[in-house]
Amino acid sequence: MDTTETLLLPPGGSTIAGDVDALFYFIVYASIAIFGIVLFGIVYLGLKYRGRKAAADGTTPGITHSTRLELAWSIIPAILVIIVFVWGFNVYMKMNIIPGDVMEVKVTAQKWFWSFDYPDGVNTVNELVVPLGKPVKLLMSSRDVIHSFYVPAFRIKMDVLPNRYTLTWFEATAIGSYDIMCAEFCGDRHSEMLGRVRVVSEREYKEWLESGTETAEGATPVDYGRALFRTKACHTCHNVDGTSAVGPALNGIVGKQRPLAGGERVTVDENYLRESILEPQSSIAAGYQPVMPTYQGMLNDKQVDALIAYIKSLK
Amino acid sequence: MSSGNSNGHPAHLAHHFSDAAQQSESAKIGMWIFLLTEILLFAGLFVAYAVYRSANTEMFYNAHKHLDIHLGTLNTIVLITSSLTMALAIRSIQLNDRKKSIKLLAATFALAAVFLIVKYFEYSHKFDLGQLPGKFYTYTGIEGSNPHIFFSVYFMMTGLHGIHVIAGMIAISWVMRKTIQGKLSSEYYTPMELTGLYWHLVDMIWIFLFPLLYLIG
Amino acid sequence: MNKIPEVNYLNASRGIRSWLFTLDHKRIGLLYLFSIMAAFALGGIFAILIRLELLGPGKDIMEARTYNQIFTLHGAVMIFLFIIPSIPAAMGNFILPQMIGAKDVAFPRLNLLSWWIYIFGAVFAVISMSTGSVDTGWTFYTPYSTTTSTSVVAMTLGVFILGFSSIFTGLNFIVTIHKMRAPGQTWFKLPLFVWGLYATAIIQVLATPVLGITVLLLILERVAGIGIFDPAMGGDPVLFQHFFWFYSHPAVYIMILPGMGIISELISAFSQKRIFGYKAIAFSSLAIAFISFLVWGHHMFVSGQSQLASAIFSFLTFLVGIPSGIKIFNWLATLYKGKIRFDTPMLYALSFLFLFTIGGLTGMFLGTLATDVHLHDTYFVVAHFHYVMVGGTVMAFFGGLHYWWPKFWGRMYNELWAKISIAFTFVGFNITFLSQFVLGAKGMPRRYYSYLDKFQPLHDLSSFGSWIMAIGFFIMAVYLIHAVFKGRPAGDNPWGALTFEWETTSPPPKENFIETPTLTHGPYDYDKIVPERTI
Repeated sequence: MDTTETLLLPPGGSTIAGDVDALFYFIVYASIAIFGIVLFGIVYLGLKYRGRKAAADGTTPGITHSTRLELAWSIIPAILVIIVFVWGFNVYMKMNIIPGDVMEVKVTAQKWFWSFDYPDGVNTVNELVVPLGKPVKLLMSSRDVIHSFYVPAFRIKMDVLPNRYTLTWFEATAIGSYDIMCAEFCGDRHSEMLGRVRVVSEREYKEWLESGTETAEGATPVDYGRALFRTKACHTCHNVDGTSAVGPALNGIVGKQRPLAGGERVTVDENYLRESILEPQSSIAAGYQPVMPTYQGMLNDKQVDALIAYIKSLK
Repeated sequence: MSSGNSNGHPAHLAHHFSDAAQQSESAKIGMWIFLLTEILLFAGLFVAYAVYRSANTEMFYNAHKHLDIHLGTLNTIVLITSSLTMALAIRSIQLNDRKKSIKLLAATFALAAVFLIVKYFEYSHKFDLGQLPGKFYTYTGIEGSNPHIFFSVYFMMTGLHGIHVIAGMIAISWVMRKTIQGKLSSEYYTPMELTGLYWHLVDMIWIFLFPLLYLIG
Repeated sequence: MNKIPEVNYLNASRGIRSWLFTLDHKRIGLLYLFSIMAAFALGGIFAILIRLELLGPGKDIMEARTYNQIFTLHGAVMIFLFIIPSIPAAMGNFILPQMIGAKDVAFPRLNLLSWWIYIFGAVFAVISMSTGSVDTGWTFYTPYSTTTSTSVVAMTLGVFILGFSSIFTGLNFIVTIHKMRAPGQTWFKLPLFVWGLYATAIIQVLATPVLGITVLLLILERVAGIGIFDPAMGGDPVLFQHFFWFYSHPAVYIMILPGMGIISELISAFSQKRIFGYKAIAFSSLAIAFISFLVWGHHMFVSGQSQLASAIFSFLTFLVGIPSGIKIFNWLATLYKGKIRFDTPMLYALSFLFLFTIGGLTGMFLGTLATDVHLHDTYFVVAHFHYVMVGGTVMAFFGGLHYWWPKFWGRMYNELWAKISIAFTFVGFNITFLSQFVLGAKGMPRRYYSYLDKFQPLHDLSSFGSWIMAIGFFIMAVYLIHAVFKGRPAGDNPWGALTFEWETTSPPPKENFIETPTLTHGPYDYDKIVPERTI
C-alpha cells in the first residue's frame, strides 16, 4: 500500500502506511468540520450581536444554560473521539503484531550513527538494505543514551534504549531509498544521525549479501578507506580539515607526537591508530571526551588496514 | 483577651482576617495541604522502591538483612513516643499548663535527637562497610543483581526523612521559644498545633519506611 | 473626566523596600508580573535565535551545541520562569482577593516568600546559563542529562526551587478561596476565574512535589552516582520519563486552566451577558484537573512502555478533550444575544477561541496511538504545544493583562496601537506554527540543528512568521509601559463588568476595599443590571 506524497504526509512505503494515513486524514477532515463550526460561531455571532441593544433597559437575556444543548456538545464529540480511539487502537495493534516469517536485523544506535547486523554476519553502518515484500523485524538497543529509530515513509518510530531491547517492524512496499532519522534528542550531532533504508528486489538483496557490504576489489586501500570513513560514520565525529569536532581532526597526525589525557605523549603510528579504532578507551587524546565506541567486530582486518592507509594519506 | 490591643483585636490576629476562628482554620487547612505535598514528595521514592524491588526481588531480600532490625525497632519506638509527647504538649497548652507543655516539647526534641544519633551509628556502620549508594558501593557480601540500588533507595528514603526530622526539631524549638515567651496559651496555640501535625507526619512516614526497608525481604 | 483615586496601593508607601518586602498581594502580583515579563522577553530572544539558526540547513549563526543550549533555555525559561507562574502568580495574586472581596490572600508572608523563592530559583537558572548552560531539552531525559558535560545541576536545582514557589502560591490560593470569601459569596457565585485558579492550585499542590523529587533524584544521580536512572548500574532511564511526565502533563493544565478562567471573564464582560453553562464550565475545570493526573503516559507511546498501558493512556487522553470542548461551545453560546464589543481584551479572547480550538483538535492526532507513532517528537508536537500554550495560555494572559491593566494602574493604554499589536501577533503566530504542523507531518523531527534540504521552505516561512510576532510583542511593550505613566485615567470600571474587583476603585486602596464589601449581585448578572463603562 504505497501512497504518493499528499498535502500533509510524505509518500508512504510500508504495509501500514496506508492505514495510518487513512486515519490521519479522517482526523484532519473531522477537525476541519469542528473548527469550521467554531469559526462560524465566532464570526456569525460576533457580527450579529455586535453592540446590539437587547432590551429597552439595556439588559441582555439571562440564559443560564441549556441541558439539551450541553449534552449535545458533550455526547457528539464523545462519540467522535471514541471512533478515533478505537480506529487508532486497531491500526496500532496491526503495527505491533509482528508477522511470523520475518527477517531479523539487529540495530545498534550510538552517538551518532546506526549500525545494522544481519543474520549472516554482514554489518552495515547508516544503511539498512532490505528486500521488497519481506517483513523485517528490528531488534534495537543503544550503547549510550536514548535514541529513536524513525522512518517517516514507513510511519514507524521506536525509542532505542541502553541496556534493553525494543522492537519494531515494517514491510516495505516499494523499491527505493528512504530516510532514517533519530527522533530522540541525543546531543551535538543529533540532527546528523541520519541513515537510509534501501529497499531492493529479492534478487538484488541476495547479490548484495553475497558480495559483502562493500567490495575492496579494484579499489586502492586509500580509496577503500575513504569510503569506509563515510560509511562507518567516522566522519560524524572526526574532521579531516584540521578543525576539532567531537574527536580530534585526523589529517596530518601520523608521525607526530600527541598528548594524551593522562599527561603522557604518544607518537601516532599504525599501532596507535589500530588501537584507537578497536580499543578507543585505552588512550584518549588530551582535551577530548572518552566517547568513541569500539569498532571491534564491526571492521575486519582489511577494513582497518584501509582506514589506516586513508588516515596516513591525509595531509 | 489579655493580649488584645486597643481595637479589641488580639495581637496574634493578622489584619486581613476578620476573626481568630477564620485565621486558625486557614492555618490548619494550609498545613494539611502542605502535608499532602510532603506525602507526594515521598511518593516518588516509594514508587522508585516498588519498581526496583520488583526488578531485583532477590537482591532486596538479601540486602535488607544487612540493616540492623534492633536499631530500627528502637528508632521506631523512639519516634512513636515522641509523637505521644508532642500530642501531650498540645494537650497541656490547651489546659493552659505552660510549664508542662514546655517540658513535653523538650522531651519531644530530645527523642528526635536520639533518633538522629541512632541513625548516625547506623549510617557510620554502613559507611565503614562500603554499603553505600550507587557508584560508592564497595561492599561485596550481598548476592543478587545491583545491590547498590538497595542502598541508593535506603539512603535516599532515610536521608530525606532525616532532613524532615531536623526540620521538625527546628520547628519544635521555635514553638518552645514561643511558649517560653508566653505567646501561646489555650486561646491561641496554632503554631504548636501545626508543628504537631507536621511531627506526626514525619513519624508516620517512618512507620512506612521501617517495615519496607527493615522488615520485609 | 476620570481621576486617579488619591489613595491607592501604589502611593500607600514609597521606596524600593516598600516593594521588595511588601505583604500586599497587589504589589507581590506586580513583582511577579515584572519578573515573568523579563523571563518572557528572555525566552522570546532565545526563540528568535532558534528561528534564525533554522533559516538554512547546517550552520547559520551558531554551533550545534550552542543551538541545543538555546532551545533548552527557551523551553526551560518559558515554562518554569514564565508560563507556570504567569497567570496564577502574577494576575491571580492581584485579582483573586479582590474578586472574592478579601483584604489579602490567607498567608501574605508566604506569598512574599514565594516570590523571593522564585527569584532565588531564577538565579540558579542564570548561574546555569553563565556556567556552560544546559543542552538536554527542558525535559532533562536521562541518561543524556546524567552524562552530558553541561551544567545540568544548576538548572535542575533552579527548577527544584521554583517548584516550592509554585506550591506555596497554590497552597495560598486554595486556603484563600476556602476561607476568605466575602459574606454572601457562595461557591456558585464565584467568578469563573476563581474556579480556574482553584483547579490550578490543586494541580500545583499535588503534582509539583513529584517534580521536586524527580529533579532531586536527577541531581543526586549526577553528583553522587546513585544509579537510579543509570542503565549501566541497573537503573531505569524510562522511570525518569514516568516521573517527569507525571508532573509535566498536569503542569500544562497548570498553564491552561487559569487561562480558561480569564476567557470566561472576558467573553462574559464584553458580551455583557450571563455566562452560558456556569456550572458546566466550573466543573469541567475540576474534571480536567482530575483527569490530567491520569494521562502522562501519552508522552511515551514509543518509549517502550507496554502496549496495554499506551492504549489506556490514549483512551484517558481523549476523555480530557470532552470537558475542553464543552468550555469552547459554552463560550460561543455566551455570545448569543449579547451586546458584543470588540475591545482589545475581547479580541484576545476570540483569538484564544480560534487558536486553542486548533491546538485542541491537533491534540487528537497525538492522542491517537497509530498516528502518534509517526508524529511523536516531530515539529507537529512543537506546533501543537505552541498552539495550546501560546495560542491558549499566552493569548488569555495578554487578554487578562489588557483587561486588568486599568485595574493595576488606573490608566488606559492606546486602543489603536493595541489592535495593531494583536493583528501582528495573531498573523505572525499562525504563520510560524501552521507551517510547523506541515513540517512535522512530513517527518521533520524536533530539536534538529540541521535538516534535510526539502524542509527549508517551510522552515523559512516559520522564521518569517516569528519576526512578525516579535514586532507585535514589541509594540505591546511600548504602549503598555507608556500607559502606566501617560495613559488617560480609566475610571473605576472601564469595561462595565460586574465581577467584584470592579466594585472598588482602580487602582484599589491598600486593603482593596474602603469598607468591608457585601455581595449584592452575582458576577454575571447582566440580565438584571446594566453597569456603566467609565471610559
